[in-house]
Amino acid sequence: MTTVANFAIDYRQYLNEHGEVNTKLPDFANNSDTLIQNYQDMVLTRTFDLKAVTLQRTGKLGTFPPILGQEALSVGIGSSMQKDDVLVPSYRDHGAQFQRGVSMQEVLLYWGGDERGSNFASANAKDDLPISVPIASQYLHAAGIAKAFQYRQQKRVAVTFCGDGGTSEGDFYEAINLAGTWKLPVVFIVSNNQWAISVPRDIQSGCETLAQKAIAAGFTGVQVDGNDIIAVREASLNALEHARNGNGPALIEAITYRLGDHTTADDAKRYRSREETNAAWQREPIARLKSYLVNIGVWNEEQEKNLQTQCAAKVEKAVKAFLDMPKPNVTEIFDSLYAQLPEALIEQREEAISEASS
Amino acid sequence: MQAIQYREAIREAMVEEMRRDERVFLMGEEVAQYNGAYKVSQGMLDEFGPRRVVDSPISETGFSGLGVGAAMYGLRPIIEFMSWSFCLVAADQIINNAPKMLYMSGGQFGCPAVFRGNNGAGGQLGSTHSWCVESMFSSVPGLKLAVPSTPRDAKGLLKTAIRDDDPVFFLESERMLGLGARGGKDFSRYLKDTWAPPTPKQDEDFTIPFGVADIKKPGNDVTIVAAGRPVHFALDAAEALGKEGIDCEVIDPRTYRPLDIDTIVKSVRKTNYCVVVDQSWPFASVGSEIAAQVYEHAMDDLDNKVIRINNDDVPAPYNRTLEQEMLPNTKKIIDTVRAVTYNA
Ligand SMILES: Cc1ncc(C[n+]2csc(CCOP(=O)(O)OP(=O)(O)O)c2C)c(N)n1
Ligand SMILES: [Mg+2]
Repeated sequence: MTTVANFAIDYRQYLNEHGEVNTKLPDFANNSDTLIQNYQDMVLTRTFDLKAVTLQRTGKLGTFPPILGQEALSVGIGSSMQKDDVLVPSYRDHGAQFQRGVSMQEVLLYWGGDERGSNFASANAKDDLPISVPIASQYLHAAGIAKAFQYRQQKRVAVTFCGDGGTSEGDFYEAINLAGTWKLPVVFIVSNNQWAISVPRDIQSGCETLAQKAIAAGFTGVQVDGNDIIAVREASLNALEHARNGNGPALIEAITYRLGDHTTADDAKRYRSREETNAAWQREPIARLKSYLVNIGVWNEEQEKNLQTQCAAKVEKAVKAFLDMPKPNVTEIFDSLYAQLPEALIEQREEAISEASS
Repeated sequence: MQAIQYREAIREAMVEEMRRDERVFLMGEEVAQYNGAYKVSQGMLDEFGPRRVVDSPISETGFSGLGVGAAMYGLRPIIEFMSWSFCLVAADQIINNAPKMLYMSGGQFGCPAVFRGNNGAGGQLGSTHSWCVESMFSSVPGLKLAVPSTPRDAKGLLKTAIRDDDPVFFLESERMLGLGARGGKDFSRYLKDTWAPPTPKQDEDFTIPFGVADIKKPGNDVTIVAAGRPVHFALDAAEALGKEGIDCEVIDPRTYRPLDIDTIVKSVRKTNYCVVVDQSWPFASVGSEIAAQVYEHAMDDLDNKVIRINNDDVPAPYNRTLEQEMLPNTKKIIDTVRAVTYNA
């Protein structure tokens, strides 16, 4: 018998859960300004997230999926992308969307039940896709966008997210297989937050790692500590460069934990223990980065206080803008339906206007 | 009669059939440990264990296709979709495989699977999560399709579905799962005792056959045809219209495949007016089919044209106001009935 192939999955962590560095840092991480920026963005993301949950509780938002605990992953990937790359998010990636220039007001508008929130104003995010609800369907869209980049010979990369649950879908497997076959410039992120609503990771797949699914598709998959922004950014910068240079796709499985409920319509206490959640809080991403920054002497409590105040003010401003948005017109259900509205619908549209005003 | 919720009626049907028939098992997302995403399968894991109440990864193609294979091999799977919206991921298995198996195998391998789950706008879930699949799927030969509107119909029809030798698409509604929660009071207004199933003691083998419409409210002046959730809009409308002296007959076909057109036609011959309410989109819809069949059979008995009330011909909006605007509702039915009977 001969061995015809050998595979291994690497795991990367730089900052452990206490914020201690356990190995030599990659170059970018020696620039403390970058890390401080990441830290501020993570805190802003969390401030927003907590506020959004409160808004939902008071009836101002429909349903909302909190990102609590996954800020390093979301901010880390978003901030590694270049301007003309394209983000194809899942519903739990507003941290990455903010990095791309999507506004907090837009995210609120969307979850308030208004498709206008997916019409991003920022030039940077204008090619980014809105959220796709059918799980993992966006993986194929990202591969398609990467196909278009390849077709046009552009040095751009599509970056897409799905959850641990999403890796069980057919769309997931077909997307990675096509991307591997055609060496498409796409980076697949698996946000392994241990839960798919009430379904734990071990019911989802018999694989030891989700990263190894990439191997079957013919490219590299790595695992990182998704609560360590340095590990996340190093893996994503590598993957992006690899894809941008025409070497094909990459997959990153980021190990993290969903500290909040699946959505505001869920109650996670019904299916997981307090011990488990408490233990996960010990590994959360923001405290560990803060403690590292404080230890190396580039962050202090006064800066922290200012940051908290600024974040709260920014979020309040976005909330106000969101609440002040005029309601959509009844015509909007027709206006973005076809490029050119067909005759029969023009009539229905007129009827809707007269019904709405009667 | 037992005052149970719609979700309990579905559970009772499954439990009773699983006790009766070892071949029946339930498979889907969150059906076991979590007792069902909407608590429909509460307690079933405890009673039947993980061999017969099976949690699946989020793999709709996977568990639908496995269901098809298991059914062809003699089992009786009940496949639960968290929402019918997400069955579309598995369209090839449920549309292009399940209903064709018997035919393509020259009568050898049937597919006695039940596919069930929530259908219709659940309330602000956005267009990809708010599908009404009855029109799309009713045009597929080889399958049966039920749309129960009360706990009684849900239980009786589901038991029939599980016993049926062909694939059955069973369309429930998230908005009706709690129906009956407040006991008989809710419905007794317009449904008297007919909304709830008999107790197992009263009738231990209660089933409702497919293809038999139910006259939810008898009347003489106009026929309203509706199935699923819109039945309740129609009954509300009938109540309001009754006060104006318009006596509506509300007919619930209960299954679109097979369709009991005779009961509808008989009613139209009596009332001479017909309104069809259907919570899917108007083009090539079940509502259109019923209207066409009414014309074919009762053209000369009609004193006005048949009017269809459907969703507006747009995707379900995410916005609350726009969504309500787009769906059939009681007011639309009242206005339409007045117009069609020249009472506007
Ligand atoms: C095709 C499809 N099936 C089912 C659902 C219902 N659903 C919404 S979120 C979810 C769990 C997803 O879990 P995971 O992929 O781990 O992502 P997470 O929510 O943890 O970020 C499910 C089953 C859906 N949206 N689409
Ligand atoms: Mg998950």
